[in-house]
Amino acid sequence: MAGPGFLTIYWRDMLRFVRFKTVLVSSLVQPALWLAFFGIAMAANFDRLAGSVPTIPGVPVVSYLTYMAAGVIAMTTLFTSLFGGTMLLFDKNWGLMREIMASPLPRNHIIFGIALSGMTKSFIQAGIIMVFGIFIGAEFFLGYSAGQTFVSLLGILLFLGIFSLGFLFLSAAISISLESPEGLQGIITLLTMPIFFASNALYPVNAFPPLLQIISGINPLTHLVNGIRYFAIGDDFQSIGIHYTATTGEIALSLCVLAIFASIMFALAYWRFQKAVVT
Amino acid sequence: MEDRPIIEVDGLVHRYGDFLAVDHISFGVREGEIFSFLGPNGAGKSTAINVLTTLLPIQEGRVVVAGHDVSKNPAKVRESIGIVFQEVTLDRDMTCREILEFHGRLYSMPREERRRRIDELLELVALDHKRDTLTRHLSGGMKRRLEIARGLMTRPRVLFLDEPTIGLDPQTRLKMWDYIKAVNEEGTTIFLTTHYMDEADRLSDRVSIIDHGKIITTGRSYELKNMLGEDIVYLETSDNSATRALLEDLESVTRVSEKDQGLVAVVNSDGTRLLPHIMETLGKHGITLETVNLKKPSMDDVFIHFTGKELRDGGTERQVTSAARAGRR
Repeated sequence: MAGPGFLTIYWRDMLRFVRFKTVLVSSLVQPALWLAFFGIAMAANFDRLAGSVPTIPGVPVVSYLTYMAAGVIAMTTLFTSLFGGTMLLFDKNWGLMREIMASPLPRNHIIFGIALSGMTKSFIQAGIIMVFGIFIGAEFFLGYSAGQTFVSLLGILLFLGIFSLGFLFLSAAISISLESPEGLQGIITLLTMPIFFASNALYPVNAFPPLLQIISGINPLTHLVNGIRYFAIGDDFQSIGIHYTATTGEIALSLCVLAIFASIMFALAYWRFQKAVVT
Repeated sequence: MEDRPIIEVDGLVHRYGDFLAVDHISFGVREGEIFSFLGPNGAGKSTAINVLTTLLPIQEGRVVVAGHDVSKNPAKVRESIGIVFQEVTLDRDMTCREILEFHGRLYSMPREERRRRIDELLELVALDHKRDTLTRHLSGGMKRRLEIARGLMTRPRVLFLDEPTIGLDPQTRLKMWDYIKAVNEEGTTIFLTTHYMDEADRLSDRVSIIDHGKIITTGRSYELKNMLGEDIVYLETSDNSATRALLEDLESVTRVSEKDQGLVAVVNSDGTRLLPHIMETLGKHGITLETVNLKKPSMDDVFIHFTGKELRDGGTERQVTSAARAGRR
């Protein structure tokens, strides 16, 4: 029974996703636009500034656009995932949640179903940004063989998948606990600010004040970006004058942080769903 | 076990904080019947139905639905029942077919059976021509019918209907009743809540009148009406208090109460024969009769009799009579 259960929730959420062409198109075009406008504009500035910084000899130089493209993938995944559970709130107030709650479907299947569809959406978006990014000049997978590129893609998907599950679980937990869409909007905005800006998505964290560095160190977004850069760019490069290295151990640690984060968020969602009463 | 009720409720209590929404109710629903909870808004009908359908955890008492204890085996109960909620719970952006498909999948129905059942049900509720229409484009009555079809998807033994015709126009309500009866005739037991007198009266086999979380009385609607007596006489006279005393002396008058500007006498003999006698008696005492009306007891009267108050916001018939009454004033 485990299969069909959450797949039902998944099926319905994906049905809605592809049904609304405007939502579909805008959710796919928006991250590409971010990359196009913000990316190109900032890259022009950063690369000019970085031009005055002496480069470290022997370390490959990576353009800012390449550097921040990884961040844009991460950021888009964060937003999509945090909003991924909001359907549940609308369902609770005006939709199918009562029907689902009164059915024999175990409640954790609702969580899995909604998380799986959110993850699928994130993968699609990430794919589009990557292709578009490479198209406008991001140097992903530079000098990789076909096999290496494939393995790197899998690595990126692994990081993206676990990260998005974590935030989807969180989003589901918040959505099932709240009554009003306005409250949900408020909480999500409140969450995205520190997560997004206290991370290494768009700029290096090396110059952060100590407290912000600590926050960034436990921030799942930072660990996701680490993973994406490791797989897409490499384990030894420099960008905007800063030397980045990553060992396999460090990347494994990042993956662990994401896995722990996702597990805690699942526990939270599980608890909120067991307590939820929808009448 | 033919006689064993399909729904057994014993000493059910439900509180929201300090507020006692359901106050020690016990009743049984027989397999194959249409059973109604009749009561005003806020009487505890929806709370009771939510406990019976496992949406609210049971606090006190025992509820067995289709042979399964609600507290011990909620999953089994869920598999045996269908529910039509009071508010519309359709996804506006799914088609009729998808709504039913989703429901069938939720209950792990095999694909072939799902398909067959969707065809059958769309035909039953006359929505086959709307199969691929988004539910946002359906009328209120169509939405209700689709929800009933959905409730029946899994061939439940009991179908719960919470205020099935609320907000529908009179013609659509009549049609809804036909659908509900057709479903019942196919063998599904129906439990419905309503605050419409005529719905409880005409649609259901048995009625429980519920008010302030308590069941006041239960019975077939004609039994309940017969409990009141044969006929009801409404009088407006020049001296109501004297009339009242005179009426109470009559052997066949069981109960006299004041209503609006007149008196209501419940009589246990043939009212058409009693009326001339009443008029004669009043004449003898010099009391002028201004209005007189003779009728059979309705569910309205039953409700007033048992709860001591009128059911507000009632069915269409009610509204007509109260409008007529208002016009007379």
